[in-house]
Amino acid sequence: MSAPGNVSTVTTRDELPAGTAGSPRDEEAKPVSGLRETLYFAVRNKKLVFGLTVTLSMLALAILGPLIARHPPLEYGGHLSLAPTTQDGYWLGTTLLGQDVFSQFVTGLRMAFIVGALGGGIAAIVGMVVGFTAGYRGGIVDELLNMVTNVVLVIPTFALLLVIAAYLQVRGIMTEAIFIGLTSWPWAARAVRAQTFSLTSRDFVSLARLSGSNSRQIIFKEIAPNMSSYLFMMFILLFGGAILIAATLDFIGLGPSNTISLGMMMQLSVQNAALQLHLWWWFLPPGLAIMAIVGSLYVMNVGLDEVFNPRLRSM
Amino acid sequence: MSLAVDDLRVYYRTLHGDVRAVDGVTFDIADGEIMGLAGESGCGKSSLGNSLVYLTGRMRFVGGSVELDGAPLPIWDFEAMNRHRFKEISVIPQYAMSALNPTRKIGAMTADLLGSRGIHYKHLAHEFVRRLELVGLSEEVLGMYPMELSGGMKQRAVMVISTLLDPSLLIADEITSALDVSTQKAVAEMLVEFRDRGFVKSMIVITHDMSILYQVADTILVMYAGHLVEKAPAGVIIDSPRHPYTRLLISSLPEVGVRYAERRLHGIPGTPPALLNPPEGCRFRDRCPLASAKCAHTPPFVEIGDGHRVACWEAAA
Amino acid sequence: MLRYLLRKLLIYSLTFVVAVTIDWSIPHLMPGNPVLALMSRIQIQNPQVAQHVYASYMRSFNLDLPLWKQYYYFWVSLVHGDLGTSIMQFPTPVSSIILHAIPYTLGLLIPATLLSWYVGNKLGALAARRKVLDNTLLPFGYILTATPYMWIAILMSFLFAVTWQVLPVGYAYDPTAGRGWSLTFGYDLFRHWLLPFLSLFLVACGGWAIGMRNLIIYELEADYAHYLESLGAPRKLVRKYAFRNALLPQITGLALALGAVIAGALVTEIVFSYPGLGYQIYRAITNEDYFVIQGIFLFIIVGVLIANFVVDIVYMIVDPRTRIGMQEGGQA
Repeated sequence: MSAPGNVSTVTTRDELPAGTAGSPRDEEAKPVSGLRETLYFAVRNKKLVFGLTVTLSMLALAILGPLIARHPPLEYGGHLSLAPTTQDGYWLGTTLLGQDVFSQFVTGLRMAFIVGALGGGIAAIVGMVVGFTAGYRGGIVDELLNMVTNVVLVIPTFALLLVIAAYLQVRGIMTEAIFIGLTSWPWAARAVRAQTFSLTSRDFVSLARLSGSNSRQIIFKEIAPNMSSYLFMMFILLFGGAILIAATLDFIGLGPSNTISLGMMMQLSVQNAALQLHLWWWFLPPGLAIMAIVGSLYVMNVGLDEVFNPRLRSM
Repeated sequence: MSLAVDDLRVYYRTLHGDVRAVDGVTFDIADGEIMGLAGESGCGKSSLGNSLVYLTGRMRFVGGSVELDGAPLPIWDFEAMNRHRFKEISVIPQYAMSALNPTRKIGAMTADLLGSRGIHYKHLAHEFVRRLELVGLSEEVLGMYPMELSGGMKQRAVMVISTLLDPSLLIADEITSALDVSTQKAVAEMLVEFRDRGFVKSMIVITHDMSILYQVADTILVMYAGHLVEKAPAGVIIDSPRHPYTRLLISSLPEVGVRYAERRLHGIPGTPPALLNPPEGCRFRDRCPLASAKCAHTPPFVEIGDGHRVACWEAAA
Repeated sequence: MLRYLLRKLLIYSLTFVVAVTIDWSIPHLMPGNPVLALMSRIQIQNPQVAQHVYASYMRSFNLDLPLWKQYYYFWVSLVHGDLGTSIMQFPTPVSSIILHAIPYTLGLLIPATLLSWYVGNKLGALAARRKVLDNTLLPFGYILTATPYMWIAILMSFLFAVTWQVLPVGYAYDPTAGRGWSLTFGYDLFRHWLLPFLSLFLVACGGWAIGMRNLIIYELEADYAHYLESLGAPRKLVRKYAFRNALLPQITGLALALGAVIAGALVTEIVFSYPGLGYQIYRAITNEDYFVIQGIFLFIIVGVLIANFVVDIVYMIVDPRTRIGMQEGGQA
């Protein structure tokens, strides 16, 4: 899971003399709109470009791969323990039981992206709801939500998922994603709450209150847009985290029962002594793929941080 | 001690170009002089003051020279400046209330600081306590963490720490801005007392609040959009300023005891120019009631009276 | 100060109750008679054994009693340390299985967590110092922290054990060698311990290093750092303060990261067939040995709560702000 401290806090701009980019007296300077300026920095940021490229390539592979794979992932073909070859489309060879590793691999990639998006998305939404409410309202609501957050936070979610998933007989990818989402939100809630606190105390929120907007409107129209970059980066971290958790669950044997995933590939390969049999094409690609996706997501995040926070940009 | 600044230029690097915050500034400070540096937000006064001590990341030394007590001050060289910092030239920062390490007791932090500059804390401990008591802080403060002190107390602690080594020049950057009026007066008086007791030889007091300067400063230097506008003894600036900007500034200050039933308080219409691509000539031209064609050329900062300098074609005439 | 501790205790007690309740309620949430459902999955051939298991289940679940009484008896047996009996390893009690597995898991977890925290923080601080180091260490750190624990375990096993054969491929010790307290046995234990330990250590280290680096950069931009620098303090002093201040959220982070490291330890044990809790869980899941799963879950919960509490105490000692009793919201 992502390391604590990975997400930087939203920084406020220092007071710079008139004329520096971003200060209110910019009318005489050349006007560059906010979005265009962001994009300008975005394409020039190496980390962002690199991370995005890798992620998108894997995504492309996940989408197109299963379409070009020659054999269904779970089908037992004739050739056992085949090394990667161009013959018959076994580009990543076969497993001990003759299944097409490439087909399993790209299916697993798909599953990874689905679980990441869904699990990360659910965690993000729940985290935002809890975080915004606690941060905006404060008081007793905040105390209560804080307690709930702390309780869920402390429970080792993995152990929890263990117990729940173990009892469920039929598990689909959706169920897995939902469970992961429902147990990963506390960290997000805390972060959102902290940011909301600092924004709520600012003047534009008081103005909005005075002009009669209700809480929901304020949160959606005033606070959230100011945090949008932060929320986006948070979602990326949750996305990566969900993929890692899913892989761990799958490896233990609690993965979706009707399909194959990257974690399950690793589990099956270890179970079938693939290491001793030197069937490296079976157990190396899945982990490598996870590392590539999650790693590039993290790097992308760092790049995004630099793009959104002018102070971090090196001149 | 004396400070001689000659045609100092310090710009901020930005992606859009250089922001010319300090754009050719020349002035002197005599021994024992408290000089107020006044101007609107964004005029470059903080940049000027801070550039003499510590160039932050975006600031870039572009040209000019600075001499402290006859010896050049290498403000462009971060490492070389370390010799002078704290010992000869010191600063009370704008952020004095958060300038203390929150996880270190005051006494311990000062001891660390002095030790790192090669000074044994033991030698100064007694004096440190004496000065703390002078500003109204008891010796117990040494054993407290910053969070246990109020804002005003932290401010005063920082004042004492910054002047502990009796620097020749002290730069006080907006030290009264965050305080209430009575504390402002107390702090301002403390500054003068520091000078009178010899803790500090000369001072640059940076503020946008003219009333403080009237209380404290010997001379006032007014800055506008990166340029110097007028320098004169405090009384002269307040009572008989010559530069149009200074005049409008002073006249826009409310006076105690005067009720504005008939007149409205005048501000100065317009806004200062952006310092990214500042206009040629006098920078106050667009807002100045006395502007003329001459003002397309930058007026020099000339002496028009005893210790009174102005940068204005009309005023100097 | 006391308020802080009491608050934490409250949360932990609440968490414990919630966890136990979840643990108890899960089988009841399954449709139908949970015992019959469990029995049908196991499909025991021998009718006598089946009888035994059925009786054991019925006893454990107390299905003839009203719901609240079942809940109550669950707590009672918990307090007595009775976590049920393993089905697969019948009649071994679950508590005995856990007790035998614990030393191995702790033997991996504790050194790996503490060492990776220490080394990771030092490396992160180093990276924050120099741009050159930063450019090499940082991507490395991100790659490491993005690596799934099981995969690095597989990789280490494949390289060191299978391909180069310098270290054993699994288990805690060589079963053929003698088991007494001797130097050779100790060395044998160490050799078997090394690879699983390294897997855990490397991944965790990456995470800590990155976190610390970011925290230190943030601290170096703080007002107190600027103030010290403007008074001519050498970089060493500023760095020392920044490091100390950055450590505080890292201590809190230790408690937060515990869950992830435990998960990592479990899968690492599986790869290396290291006889700790992870290995037992794996076997229990494969064999649908629910009591073992439940028991280990509760045990992990208790362990994590205790560890959290210890970290809270340490944090309180180290951060003067909590001792003075200021607000403690929003730390880390």
